[in-house]
Amino acid sequence: MVSFTPDYMITLITIGTIYALAATSLNFITGYAGLVSIGHAAFLAVGAYTEAILLLKYNVPFEIAFPASILMGAILGALLGLPSLRVSDDFLAVATIGINFIVVGALQFSDFFGGTLGLSVETPRVLGVALEDTVFMLFALAMLAIGMGVSWWLQRSWAGLALAALREDPQAAESVGISTARFKIIAFTISGAFAGMAGALLAHYFGFITPGTFGFLLSVDILVFAVFGGLGTIWGPVVGAYFLYILPQFLRTFQDYRVILYGLVLMFIIVVEPDGLMGLYRRASDWWSDRHAEPTAGETA
Amino acid sequence: MSGDGSILRTDGLHKFFGGVHAVDDVSIEVTDGEILSIIGPNGAGKTTLFNLITGVHEASRGSAEFLVDGDWKRVTGRPPHAIAELGLVRTWQNVRPFGALTTRENVLAGLGHERYRSSSMFGRYDRETHEATADDLLERVGMDEYADTPASSLPLALQRRLEIARALALDPELLLLDEPAAGLNEEESEELMTLLRDLVEEGLTIVLIEHAMDVVMNVSDRIYVLDQGSIIAEGPPIEIQNDERVVEAYFGESETAEIEGGVGDA
Repeated sequence: MVSFTPDYMITLITIGTIYALAATSLNFITGYAGLVSIGHAAFLAVGAYTEAILLLKYNVPFEIAFPASILMGAILGALLGLPSLRVSDDFLAVATIGINFIVVGALQFSDFFGGTLGLSVETPRVLGVALEDTVFMLFALAMLAIGMGVSWWLQRSWAGLALAALREDPQAAESVGISTARFKIIAFTISGAFAGMAGALLAHYFGFITPGTFGFLLSVDILVFAVFGGLGTIWGPVVGAYFLYILPQFLRTFQDYRVILYGLVLMFIIVVEPDGLMGLYRRASDWWSDRHAEPTAGETA
Repeated sequence: MSGDGSILRTDGLHKFFGGVHAVDDVSIEVTDGEILSIIGPNGAGKTTLFNLITGVHEASRGSAEFLVDGDWKRVTGRPPHAIAELGLVRTWQNVRPFGALTTRENVLAGLGHERYRSSSMFGRYDRETHEATADDLLERVGMDEYADTPASSLPLALQRRLEIARALALDPELLLLDEPAAGLNEEESEELMTLLRDLVEEGLTIVLIEHAMDVVMNVSDRIYVLDQGSIIAEGPPIEIQNDERVVEAYFGESETAEIEGGVGDA
């Protein structure tokens, strides 16, 4: 049995929040622009290692290192988004897996990045205050709020409309003046920025990072979170991440079968409700309002 | 702009798909302010010609130029979105709505064309101005009551009308319509023709690919006939109707049937 001490709850919420941020970042590419990436952990690795290297090797303060990690994620997002201009959707999924393996491989074989042993990352300090435990959890939640805020803003912006058009029909999007190349890169850049942010947070939380942390399995986890919750929505990736990360912790024996569980969840969602939990929620609320919209007599309490 | 200069011209356009010569040395001119139809049997290369002019396919040889503010701009070699930006806008024969978006959002996507190149893309559209403009365009094609309907759940005839509204949202100079009358009943065809005439009245130029001969003969100022990739005839509707080569292209040799009344469907 596991006891759910307050400390343990803070741990769960913190990690759940970082995963929610990672899933939110993936949502910019896969949800809004409709480009499947199964190598998203690579972008988290970029953020995590930028953070670790700047703090550890160059003694850069957190206030600068953290934005730098986000920027690095954005830049690599833009660069690694270039293959999406050349290959079709199915091959892009394969290409992103390739990118994930290349990034992990490069980190593994480089002494500068600590090789397979990894790097340690110290507790961040802002104006002398250590960001740990509850404070760090709140900081992570604030970052997630920013990611969700950007989603919310984007959804009713011209850029968001262009991304949706690109997702629905790239050729028709071009015919209304939307450069599909430009908007693919924009999606990858925004996504990379928030993935870099999530990576940097993860590095601080663990206090230690190795290339293995950012392997293919993390990419699959992130994708499952976003798909399960509902792609292309603000809340979907967040709800999906909390649900799938935190719930199995209460059923500790399931932990060992996590990968199987996620696989089943993914298959179930794709077959039954492609819009994920948010789709189920929308269906339920439609059903509810339909029922209550009927002018027949009856109690409404 | 005067009403009799050219606005689009192609010079010796060719397109090969493998061994198929889909477009064979096509040189056409579109006059400012006219409704020009391109007709021809299925597989004649009409849609391919549109695709070459709008950058969807790269021309194997030849070029197309478009008049923008008094300057001839080469459109062949430009990406499709840049050609649309110049004011040369098309619709699709096999309709291509943004299915998950509402009808209004489809039109908004066209209205955004001025913002997709600058940081103003990150601005948000608002109800009073942009959505109202979109709704006006929907009203023009008689679709205002469907503004909140997802485009994918519209019947085909309405999706065709939505294509026109979305194209108009780009405020084009030249509109290329690929079979807008396909599947329309008589009344809807009438409405379409009225709309096309109104648009030309307002200064637009229209090129039409169409199989519905009643529409073509009624609305066109001029017609090009395309057969096996080549232009085989050009002239006003009256001349085309009585052109031997045209009748032959449609019905094979020694047939003397009339074109009028509609030929096949897409």
